[in-house]
Amino acid sequence: MGLLSLAIWLPILAGVVLLALGRDSQAGTVRWVALLAAFASFLVTLPLVKGFDSSTAALQFQEKMGWIARFNVHYHLGVDGLSIWFVPLTAFITLIVVVAAWEVITDRVHQYMGAFLILSGLMVGVFSALDGLLFYVFFEATLIPMYLIIGVWGGPKRVYAAFKFFLYTLAGSLLMLVALIFLYYKSGGSFDILTWHKLPLAMSAQTLLFFAFFLAFAVKVPMWPVHTWLPDAHVEAPTGGSVVLAAIMLKLGCYGFLRFSLPITPDASHKWSGFMIALSLVAVVYIGFVALVQRDMKKLVAYSSIAHMGFVTFGFFIFNELGMSGGIVQMISHGFVSGAMFLCIGVLYDRVHSREIASYGGVANTMPKFAGFAMLFAMANCGLPGTAGFVGEWMVILGAVKYNFWLGAIAATTLIFGAAYTLWMVKRVYFGPIANDHVRALTDINAREFGMLAVLAIAVLWMGLYPKPFTDVMHVSVSELLKHAAVSKLAN
Amino acid sequence: MNQMNWHAVYPEMVLLAMACVIAMLDLWVTSPRRTPTYLLTQATLAVVGLMHLKGFNDGGTEYAMQRMVVADPMGHLLGAFACLAVMVSLVYARPYAAERDMLKGELFTLSSFALLGISVMQSANNFLVIYLGLELMSLSLYALVALRRDSADATEAAMKYFVLGALASGFLLYGLSMMYGATGSLEISDVFKAVGTGQINKSVLVFGVVFIVAGLAFKLGAVPFHMWVPDVYQGAPTAVTLLIGGAPKLAAFAITIRLLVEGLSGIGADWQQMLVVLSIGSMVLGNLVAIAQTNLKRMLAYSSIAQMGFMLLGLTPTVVGMNTFSAANGYSSSMFYIVTYVLTTLGSFGMVMLLSRQGFEAEQISDLKGLGKRSPWFALVMTVIMLSLAGLPPTVGFYAKLAVLQAVVSTNVGGYIALAVVAVLMSLVGAFYYLRVIKVMYFDEPTDTHPIVSTGEMRFVLSINGAAVLLFGLLPDGLMTVCREAIVKALAT
Repeated sequence: MGLLSLAIWLPILAGVVLLALGRDSQAGTVRWVALLAAFASFLVTLPLVKGFDSSTAALQFQEKMGWIARFNVHYHLGVDGLSIWFVPLTAFITLIVVVAAWEVITDRVHQYMGAFLILSGLMVGVFSALDGLLFYVFFEATLIPMYLIIGVWGGPKRVYAAFKFFLYTLAGSLLMLVALIFLYYKSGGSFDILTWHKLPLAMSAQTLLFFAFFLAFAVKVPMWPVHTWLPDAHVEAPTGGSVVLAAIMLKLGCYGFLRFSLPITPDASHKWSGFMIALSLVAVVYIGFVALVQRDMKKLVAYSSIAHMGFVTFGFFIFNELGMSGGIVQMISHGFVSGAMFLCIGVLYDRVHSREIASYGGVANTMPKFAGFAMLFAMANCGLPGTAGFVGEWMVILGAVKYNFWLGAIAATTLIFGAAYTLWMVKRVYFGPIANDHVRALTDINAREFGMLAVLAIAVLWMGLYPKPFTDVMHVSVSELLKHAAVSKLAN
Repeated sequence: MNQMNWHAVYPEMVLLAMACVIAMLDLWVTSPRRTPTYLLTQATLAVVGLMHLKGFNDGGTEYAMQRMVVADPMGHLLGAFACLAVMVSLVYARPYAAERDMLKGELFTLSSFALLGISVMQSANNFLVIYLGLELMSLSLYALVALRRDSADATEAAMKYFVLGALASGFLLYGLSMMYGATGSLEISDVFKAVGTGQINKSVLVFGVVFIVAGLAFKLGAVPFHMWVPDVYQGAPTAVTLLIGGAPKLAAFAITIRLLVEGLSGIGADWQQMLVVLSIGSMVLGNLVAIAQTNLKRMLAYSSIAQMGFMLLGLTPTVVGMNTFSAANGYSSSMFYIVTYVLTTLGSFGMVMLLSRQGFEAEQISDLKGLGKRSPWFALVMTVIMLSLAGLPPTVGFYAKLAVLQAVVSTNVGGYIALAVVAVLMSLVGAFYYLRVIKVMYFDEPTDTHPIVSTGEMRFVLSINGAAVLLFGLLPDGLMTVCREAIVKALAT
C-alpha cells in the first residue's frame, strides 16, 4: 500500500472503527483514540513532502489499480506540485480540530470524531485522485460527513444550513457528473484525468464542459454569486466544522479549477477568463463591503473567506506564473489563517455562547494571552507583511499588475477592505474597556488552547517569513500547467 | 423444436411442487410462529435460487416446452435475484406478520406462487406465457394485500390494486392480441422475425405497442399509470408492500426486455419515444410529489415511481441499428439499476418493519425521530439506504445512476444529453427528501422511547442488507459484469 493510500484510508478506517465501537460512556477513550489516529494520519503525510521531487511536474507517488473494469475506472492516485501541500494541510487541520473539540464536544463524541476523521481521508482522496470518477466519488462523499456535522452539532438554524450546504453543492457537482461522463465518452472510454488533459475538444464542447465544471467548483469555492450557502453553513456549524470548511473544503473547488477546468478546457478557459476575473473581483470588492457590516463574527470571517477565495480564482485566470502560484499560496495560507480565526471565535463562543460582536468588548483585559494570538491571526487575515496572508496576496497583485494595471489596482483594494473589516472587528471585540459582566468573568486560554493556537501561529509566521519551501515545490508544476493551458487543443 | 426439455424448467417445477406441498403441510402446523412452514419455504427458495444460479453459470440458452419458455442467462439471473428478494422479504415479514395475526400458511404459499409467476414471466418466450405468469403473480399479490382482513386500509388497497391491475392486464392482453393479429405468431422470436421483414402493417403494430407499453408502465408504476402505487404501498401491510415493491419489479423489467427488445426492437424508434415520455414524467412527478409526503411508505412509493423513471431512461437511448453495443450498454445499465434498486427497497421497508411493533405502525417519517440515538447502528443502515436511493457515492445507487447516465450520454445525440441533465436535476430534487429522512434520524430528538424489539435473524439480515448496499458501492464491478453478460446473451438470440 502506497503512502497516499495510507493517508486516505488510515483516518477513514479509524473513523469507521470509532463510529462502530464508540459509546457515549467512553468519551475519554474515544478522544485519545481520535487524537492518536489524527496524529498518525498526519505523520504518514510527512514523508510525502520530504520525498517530493520538486524538479519535475510529473505526478509522483502514483498508485494504480483496476477498480471498475466495466467502465475502465482505475484507483489511480498521485500528487504534483499543485496538490502536494494540501495533503499534509488536511491532516494537520484535522489534528487541530480533534484537539479543539476536546472539552467542547460532549454529545456523541465518537460520532463527531469519526465524522471528522472520515472527512479528512475523503478530502485527501480528492486532492490525490487522478481518475475522474474516483475524484467525483471522494468529492461527493465529503458532503455526507459535513452535512451531519453541521446538522447534529450545529447552532439553532442548523437544519436549514445543512440542507442548503448539501443541495447547493450537489446541484453543481451533479452537472459535473454529466461532464465527466461526456469526457469519458469523448475520450473513447477512459476516466483518466491525464488522458483528458491531452484530449482535443471542439470549442462548443469545451464551453459546455467549462461551465459544467465552473458550476461544480464555483459553488464549492464559493464564488460570487453562488456563495450564499457559505455564511449560513459557517455560522451554524460547530467550530470544528467551520475550521475544516474554511481551511480545506473551499480549496477543493479551487483545486478543481487547476486540475480540470484549466488543463482540460484551455481554450474555453481563455475565452471566459474575463468572466471569471469579473466574478472574482466582485467577490473581492463587493464581499469586502458586505463583511464590513456584519454583526456576527463568524459571518464576518465567512465573508472574508469568500473575498480571499476571489483572490485565488483571480490569480488562476490571469494566466501568469506569479498569479497562479500566488493563488495556490493563498489557498494554503488561508487554510492556516481562516482556520485559526474560526478557532479564536470558538474559544470565545465556548465561554460566552455568543458570536455577536456587540456581546464583547475589552476581551484583551481579561484574556491577554488569547488576545495576542487573535491579534496575530487578524493581522494575517488582512495581509500584513511577515504573515502568511501577505505572501499570496502580494504575488497575485504583482501578477495582476503585469496582466493589467487597473485590474491589479482593483484587486489591491482588498488590502484596505481586509484591514478595515478585520481590524474594526478586533477593535470592537478585544480593545476598549470591559463591556459587560460576561467579559469580566472570562478566563484566559488553557494549555490545550494555547498549544493549538501556538502551533497555528508558528505556521502562519513561518509561511510569512520564509515561503520559499511552498513556492519552490509548486514552481515547476505551475509553469508546466501554464504552458499546457497556453496551447490550444481545439479539435478540428 | 418440439422437445419438452424438462431440465430447463426444473427450478420452476421444484417451486410449483413445493408450493403445493407447503400449502398442504401447513394444515398440520399448529405452532403460531409457523416455524416448519417458514423454514421449508426458505429452504425451497434457497434451492430454487441456487438452481437458477447454476443455470446462469452454465450460460447456455435453451428452449423448453415446445419453445413456450426459454432458459437463458438473463432469466436465470433475474430468477435468482427474485428468489433472494422473496427470501429476504419473508425474513423481514415474519415477526411483523406474527404480531398482526397475519402469519398463516397463506403468506408462504401465496409468496411462493407469486414467485412462480415471476419466474414464468422471466423465462417466457411466448405472449400467452407472459400473460399467464403475470396473472399468477398478480392474483397472488392481490390476495396477499387483503391478507389482513380486518384492516379497512388493506382491503381498500386490495380493491384498488385489483381493479387497476386487471385493467393493466387488459391493456397488455389487448396489445398482445394486436401483435398476434399483425404478425400471426405468439412466439417472441417469430414476432421479431416478422417485424424485421418490414412487411407488417405498421399502424397495427404501433397501435399494439402503445397498449403493450401502457400495460408495462402500469406494472412498473410509471407516470401516468402510477396512480395505484402510493395507495397500495401505503394501504397494504408493510410485509406485503415489500413483496410488491421488491421481486415483481424484476419481473416487470424482464417482460419489458422480452416484449419490447426481444420481440419488437424492429419498431424500437416508436416505443423508445414513449419510454422517454414515461421516464421524464415519472422522474418529475415522482420526485416532486415525494417531497410533500409525511408518510414514509407513501414517500417510498413516490420514490419508487421516480426510480422507475430513471431505470426506463436506460432503455430509451439505445437506437439499435445493427450494432448491439450501445443497446447492450443501455439495457445492462437498466438491469443493474433495477437489481440494486430492489436491494435498497428491501432494506428501506425492512427498516419500517423493524421500527413497527404490536399495535404500532412506524409509518410516519416522524417516527424515525432520533433514531441516531435510539439505535445508532440501524440509523446508519437507514442512512446508507437513503443515500443509495438518492444516488450518492459511495453507495451502490450512485453507480446505478452513473451506468444509466453514461448509456444516455454515449448515444451522443444532443437531446439525450439534455435528458441526462434533466435526470440529474431531478435526482437533486430527490436528494432533498431522502436527506430529510437522515435529518429526522440524526438532527431531531427521539419522541418514541420504546426499545426496538426484533428477532436476531431480522437484525442480522437487515445489517447484511445495508452492508451490501455499501459494499456493492465500493466494489460494483462484479454485479455490473454479470448483468452485462446476461443482457449480451439475451440480445444475441
